[in-house]
This record gives sequence, structure tokens and C-alpha cells, in this order.
Amino acid sequence: MEHIVIIGNGISGVTAARHIRKNSDKQITIISKENKYFFSRTALMYIYMGHMKFEHTQPYENWFWEKNNISLKEAFVANINTEKKVLDFSNGEHLSYDKLIIASGSKPNKFGWPGQDLEGVMGMYHKQDLENLEKYAPNKEACKRAVIVGGGLIGIELAEMLRSRDIPVTFLVRESSFWNGVLPAQESEMINEHIKDHHIDLRLGANLKEIKADENGKVKSIIIEETGEEIFCNVVGLTAGVSPNINFVKESGIATNRGVLVNRFLETNVKDVYAIGDCAEQHDAIGQRRNIEAVWYTGRMMGETLAQTICGNKTAYKPGHWFNSAKFLDIEYQTYGWVFSERGLKEGETYFQWRHPKDYKCITISFHKESRQFIGINTFGIRMRHEIFDKWLTENQSIEYVLEHLADANFDPEFYKLHEGEIMEKFNQENGTNIKLQKKSWKRIFSKA
Amino acid sequence: MKAIKYTGLLLFLIGLAIFTGTIFTGSFSLTQTELDNYIQEKGYKSEILKTELKNAVVTNKSLNIFEFSSRVRGAFETSNNFYDALIAKYDAEKNWDKKGEQYQYKVYGKPHTLSYNLAKKAGKGYVRDNAGLMWFLTFGLGIIGALLFILPNVILLGKPGIKNNGIYLNSATNRGAIAWLVLVYLVTFYLVLYFMADYAVNWTYILDPISKALNGGEASQWFVYGFLYCVIMLTMGVRMYIKYRHNKYQIVRTTSVLFFQIVFAFLIPEIMTSLNMPGYDFKNAFPLDYDFFFDWNIENLTNSGGIGIFILVWGILLTLVIVPVMVYFFGKRWYCSWVCGCGGLAETLGDPYRQHSNKSLNAWKLERWLIHSVLVFSLVMTIVTLYCYFSGTESLIGIKSQWIKDTYSFLIGAWFAGVIGTGFYPIFGNRVWCRFGCPLAAYLGLVQRFKSRFRITTNGGQCISCGNCSTYCEQGIDVRSYAQKGENIVRASCVGCGICSAVCPRGVLKLENGPETGRINPTDVLLGNDVDLMQLVNKK
Repeated sequence: MEHIVIIGNGISGVTAARHIRKNSDKQITIISKENKYFFSRTALMYIYMGHMKFEHTQPYENWFWEKNNISLKEAFVANINTEKKVLDFSNGEHLSYDKLIIASGSKPNKFGWPGQDLEGVMGMYHKQDLENLEKYAPNKEACKRAVIVGGGLIGIELAEMLRSRDIPVTFLVRESSFWNGVLPAQESEMINEHIKDHHIDLRLGANLKEIKADENGKVKSIIIEETGEEIFCNVVGLTAGVSPNINFVKESGIATNRGVLVNRFLETNVKDVYAIGDCAEQHDAIGQRRNIEAVWYTGRMMGETLAQTICGNKTAYKPGHWFNSAKFLDIEYQTYGWVFSERGLKEGETYFQWRHPKDYKCITISFHKESRQFIGINTFGIRMRHEIFDKWLTENQSIEYVLEHLADANFDPEFYKLHEGEIMEKFNQENGTNIKLQKKSWKRIFSKA
Repeated sequence: MKAIKYTGLLLFLIGLAIFTGTIFTGSFSLTQTELDNYIQEKGYKSEILKTELKNAVVTNKSLNIFEFSSRVRGAFETSNNFYDALIAKYDAEKNWDKKGEQYQYKVYGKPHTLSYNLAKKAGKGYVRDNAGLMWFLTFGLGIIGALLFILPNVILLGKPGIKNNGIYLNSATNRGAIAWLVLVYLVTFYLVLYFMADYAVNWTYILDPISKALNGGEASQWFVYGFLYCVIMLTMGVRMYIKYRHNKYQIVRTTSVLFFQIVFAFLIPEIMTSLNMPGYDFKNAFPLDYDFFFDWNIENLTNSGGIGIFILVWGILLTLVIVPVMVYFFGKRWYCSWVCGCGGLAETLGDPYRQHSNKSLNAWKLERWLIHSVLVFSLVMTIVTLYCYFSGTESLIGIKSQWIKDTYSFLIGAWFAGVIGTGFYPIFGNRVWCRFGCPLAAYLGLVQRFKSRFRITTNGGQCISCGNCSTYCEQGIDVRSYAQKGENIVRASCVGCGICSAVCPRGVLKLENGPETGRINPTDVLLGNDVDLMQLVNKK
């Protein structure tokens, strides 16, 4: 029986294993050193915040793996021998495979800052990072202040975590406004306001120069590059993005760049070796997607796709329209299609924007000035229906059509105050149009593109 | 702010301590005249009982309720034992006439109930004489203290949004020592209420004035329970309003359960009683209202003129037509988390414990066996009861009507719904009864699963499997297992509380009533994969 070995038990590897099992009776082994059982990394923050216990982050009960005949091996892969098709583990053991799936995920970026390996410096990615945080920042008495370096999605989550225990937080963001490489100014500024509302000391345009140690080799303070200011703290969170976790691949002859290089079928240059998820890098970008996509759902999709190929139904990875979501403290964010920040706007593209006068709610719609084609939408504080926007993007609908049928797309809980009327009014004013909002229609919602 | 909070907690605990302490106060005795009147009123014929009761309760000694109860129960027991012995004796002698005569002297009823009825008349002391002040020191302090504890959350919790910080870091909400203490208190409370009501007779004195104002009569232990129920729901309702103030669905739903509890379950029945009508909770549907078809209720209703007949017809209509039709349009949530009293308590007092429901597959299996067994049990009981009522017999296929009614009332009515259902909130979560026991929920669930427009829609591929939804599902549904596959959630047990949708950080879940087509979508998934891949997967 063919032996499929998967390195990494994150969402990509586990999805691949589950779908291979669904479609075949191949022997499957998943290897991980982080934790024996699959858990949702996305939920680690909620453990520290006391919303959940670790067991709640495990989507499958522990008996699931044996019942589905998926072996779990707790080990660290040191090297891959692609000639003999054998994995060498750091403890000296070996395991042979017929097909190998590399799904080893990411690791937090460190940019060679002085003091970046001191005690009390951590990322927020692995289960071990959480344990570290619990050790160094159990409460506001033990941790008088924490400094977070890097204004992305993990950074703001770490800030939220620490604030849940009333620990003072200084948040160093390199950009002049939070995440403004991705978000349009309206939204980026709104998030700035919201961060300050949560009593987080937000420092925009601030880079880390160095982390200083006390006499015990623990974090004492950090120095800001631009101002030279010293901020005393007990914990430093490094959240300046992630990169593929592929050190063990380097000697194997498997081609890598920043990640493990794969084609559309998620195959590497070596036969019977595949890579999926955060650690995979497409030779050529797919549409406007990045070559490396460290996103939860793309990992899941790659796992599903590769399982098809491995079970004899050779299938290319073709992610559909871009979408994503996040939560910035209390503000939910969803995006469908492409909305770039001002500096990323393409020729001929423009925005329609609306912001609620009081609440933290806003939308930005990207569209072509000439063709009126709808390109993408960002919503903050308003939930939208994925299927509907996916359909509208496939159908190349116009911005007018989208606005006219916005009620179909709303996904807020029942009884929520809806803002489609105000949004429409603003658009009509700005564009001299007279679009009328259509009532929500189940028929349209369920019709296929 | 924190100081206010802890002052509130202190006041609440003082109120609770006084409330509990009143049980041990007062003295209980009757004068000979009072006792004679009582015996005459009840029509007791046993001379032994008269002597025994006289010895027991006509006394100058200051008896507390426990001594009083023990003496009264002893008196009834002695009398009954005496006549049982005579019955046995005449039975052995085959003296049927004499044997038959003895039965009129026996007194039937549960010992603690007999004792309660007498104690209600026998109590003297500070609590009874100062009901108003005592109300303030118990209910009053409790309410003020609880509100002082809850209201600062408007500021302490910060901006509106999901406020679950620290739930698993706190002893009270993480099955710690405080949770176990609360469990012991609640279980004891229910045991006293259901099985030893005489011990709590002092509580009824505190509410006598309110009861008289509402229905003209003195308060019973059930009036105390009903009143307490409303007070707790209101106070904890305030907590819900603050905690979920960003979520209009929760606000509207909380208002609805409070309204139905206070107006329908409490005020209307009391007012009906004061107008000499049978007190009836118009929203309490059979088979949750399991004694609706008991002979005494049917007789009571048929003897109450037009209103009785109306209630009888309404009750049948409610179960057979209104309930299923509403479930078809809105899901069982319209009842379980918008109207029902049990649900109302679960969604207010029980909200801090919702995360303790068991999500394992085994719990789901147990749930399906147990809840449907209770449904069958309640239906068998009702069929037996109705058959015996109309045919005038005592049993059907060997099942005695009285026995099955008593067994159901004891096992399901008192133990399952009360002692376990509410008493175990702090450890097993707030919907133990609703999930594993309620026969009405089982019935509604079958309708919801197979013929309804209600579902929780999963928003395409946005789920990140974080598990907030499953953790906070009070019914133990593993919501995430559906959401992460892009499947809608259509489950018999879902009561539509809407918390999964509220706690989801990515806007993945929405409770909706929509067309039946597309309600269950196990294969028609859009996880973000290109459509033609999904077609390939689906073809297989």
C-alpha cells in the first residue's frame, strides 16, 4: 500500500490527509513536533484571553485519527533523502515514504534585531509561543509593559490578548498608518482610532532599533530607531510577518526560493514530493494573488486539491476570487475581490467609499471608472455574503448592479440596523445617479453564477 | 468601579445569607382551637391523629421548622401505621367489613406536604411579622447587590463587542470551587422546593403580602419559586443587555423571554386565580406541560366554564398546530429561546455557564437516545392517563395510570427538569434539561430537522476553525464541524440562541429563515476553490 507522509499537522496537511482518506485507503502518516493533535492556530489567542481552553481549539476529537487510520508521529524532520525516499528525524529515527507532502507552515520573521533572541522576546504563531507568553506575561504585575513590533494581523491580535489582562501595550508600526500597505486610508485611519480607544500606545512610523537585556539576560527595554526613545518592558512580541518554515528542506535537492517552489499541481521539482499551504511558493503568481499565500483557507484549498491529485484525479490548484477576513479588536473586516490601498490602485480604478458617522463601520468598493466593472469590496463592521460576491465577481457585474442589490449580500445577524439606504444615497450624490435599492431576494441569492 | 462591583457582591451575599438563614428562624405551634379547626377543615377522622397532633404541635415550646416538621410527620405516620395494622389484622381475620371501615381514617399525601400545610398556619416570629422588611433584606438586598455587581460592566467591559475575557480563567465560570458551591446551593434549593417544602415555609411568609395583592391568597412554595424565577431572570437579563449590547438579536430575544416569563408565566395565571379562574400559563405547551392531560386538570378545566374549555382547546391547538407551524417558519427558537420559561432561565441565569455543554460525539449520541425516550415516556403516560380517564379504568396494558404519572412527575418533572436541569448549570452547562430531557424540545426538534425554513447559514469559505461557535454553543452542537466544511447547520437540537453567530470573529454564521431548497447543502460548498474543482469533487 502506498505510504503518504505529510510533514506538518496544520490546516493544509490535515485537510490533505482527511481528503486522501475520504478517497482512498492509502497509508497516511502525519508528522509534527509542535503538538500531537491538530489544533487551530487561529484560536491560540482565545486561550490566553480565557475564551477557550486548548482542547476547544482541536476541531477533531482525539479518537478521530485512529478511527480514520491516520498515524500521528511526534518528531522533528532534520533532512529529506529524496533519492531513497526516506525522512531522517532529529532523534536519529527514519521513515520511508512513497509520496511526501511538505506542509510545514510558517515561522515568525526576525530581521536581525540586536537582542531578538533574549528571554521574553517571542512571536505569536506556535503553541510554544503561547506557553512563553503565559510564562512572561501572566498578568500586569509580572509584565509591566509589552512592546509589539510589526503592525499586521498578528500584531493587533497580540495587542488584544495582552490588553485582555490589562497589560499596558506599546505597538510599534513601521508604516505611517496601521496596515496602510493593504488598507485604503479611510479604513486604516479608522483602525488607528480604534486601537487608541483600546488604550494601546500606538506608535506610527516607528521601527525597532534594538532590544536591551537586564543583568539576567531578560528583556529590559527597547530602543526606537527614529527617536532613540527607550521604552521599558518585560515582553517583546515580534509580529513582523511570517515566512516559510523550510530549513529542513535546504539540503534535499528540492527547489526552494523563499518557500518550496511548486507548479499549479503543487508538485515540486522532485517526483512524488509536493508542498502545500504557507510553505509553498508558486513559480508564477496566480492572478493577483501572491506567490506565497499564508492564509488559512488557501491552505485548506491546497490540501483538498492535492488530495485529488494523489488519489488519481490530477487537479490543478485554482483558487477562485480572492476573499479574506480578520478582526481588529472589536471591528470585523471582510474583503471580496481586490481592493488595494491607494498606492496599489491600478490605472483606471477608483473607489466608492462610505463611513458611518458615529460607529466603526465603513466600506470601500473598487471599480473601473470607465467600464464600471466591480472589482472588490472591503467592509468593516458589516458582514457580507461570500457566495453573492463570488457570483457577482464571476459575472463581472457593474458597481451600480452591486449597490442596487446590496441587500442580497448583507450577512449581519437579524434585527441589525442596515445601512444600504445611506450607502446608496451617498453614491447617487457623488455620481449623479438614481439607483434604487432592490429588496432582498432569496431567488437571486440562491441562483448560480 | 471595581469597588462598586465588590460592594454589590457583598450586599448580594448578605441578602442570600439572610434569605437562607430565615429557614432556621421562627417558632411553630398551634392552639387547640386552631388545630381543631384545621382538622375539621381537612375532615380528618382519625382520633389517633388528633391526639398525636395535639401532643406534637399544641405546645408552649419554641419549635423550629425542623422539629415541627419531624413531629407532624411522626403524628401522621403513627396514625397511619395504627390503621395499617388494623387493616392487616382484619385482613388476616377475613373480616372484610371491619377492614373496609379503616380506610377512612388513613391520611394520604406526601409527609412533607402534610407538614407544609400545617406549618403554613403554625409559623410565628419575626419573618412573618415583618414581611416587608424581610423582603427588603432578602430579595431587596439580593437585587440591589446583583445590580451593583452587574451595572459597572457598562464601563468595565469596555467598548461594545464580544466580552468573553477570562471566562476560563475564573473559578465561577471554569468549574472551579465557586462553581461547585453554586451547584450545591442550587441542588439543595431544588431538593427543598420539590421534596421538603415545609422547611422553606418561612420564605412564603416574606411573599404573602405580594401574593395577596396579586391573587388574593397566601403565598405557596410555588409562588415563591415563580416570583424568585422572575426576579432572577430580570436581574440576569440586565446582565445580558449589557454583555450583548452590540447585538440587537440578543437584545430583542432577551426582551422576549423576559416578557413571556413575567407576563405569561407569572402575572396572567396569578390574575386568573384572583378572578376564580384556573391559573394557566398560555405559552406552556404540552408535553413540557406534562400534567395538562392529567385527570385533575381536565376536570378542573371542564368544571371552570367557558374559560376552562377555551384553555383546553387552546392547549391542544398550541401543541398540535401553533407549535409546529411556527417551527416551520422560524425554527424551534421561537419557543426555546424566545418564549419558554426554562429557556428563559437558561439564557439569563445560565448564560455564564453556556460553555460547559459537552461537545463530544458520545454526548450527541446520548442526547438523541435520552431526549426521544423522554418524549416517548411522556406520550405513553398521557395515553395511559387519557385512556383511564375516559374508560374509568385504573390501568392500560398493565400500566397503572397513577403509577406512571407519579413516576414521570418524580423522575422527569422534579429530578430531571429541576434538580439536574438547573442545579447542574455551573458544571454541565445551562441547557442540560433542554438538550437531554425536554419532550417538547424533542418534538420541536423533529419538526425543525425535517420540515422547517430555519437554518444557520455558513458564509462560504470564511471559517477559520477557531471554535468559538462550538465552545459557546449551549446545546453542545459542534458548530465548527459544519462551518469549516462550508455546510449550513441544520440540527434538531439548535435552539437558535444566536450566540455562535455573535462570537464568530469572521462573520461566518447567520441564523436565517429561508426557502427549504438549499437549506441543507452538504455537497454544494464554496470553500473558495474554483467552481470546476468543486464540480469534479461533487461528481465523484
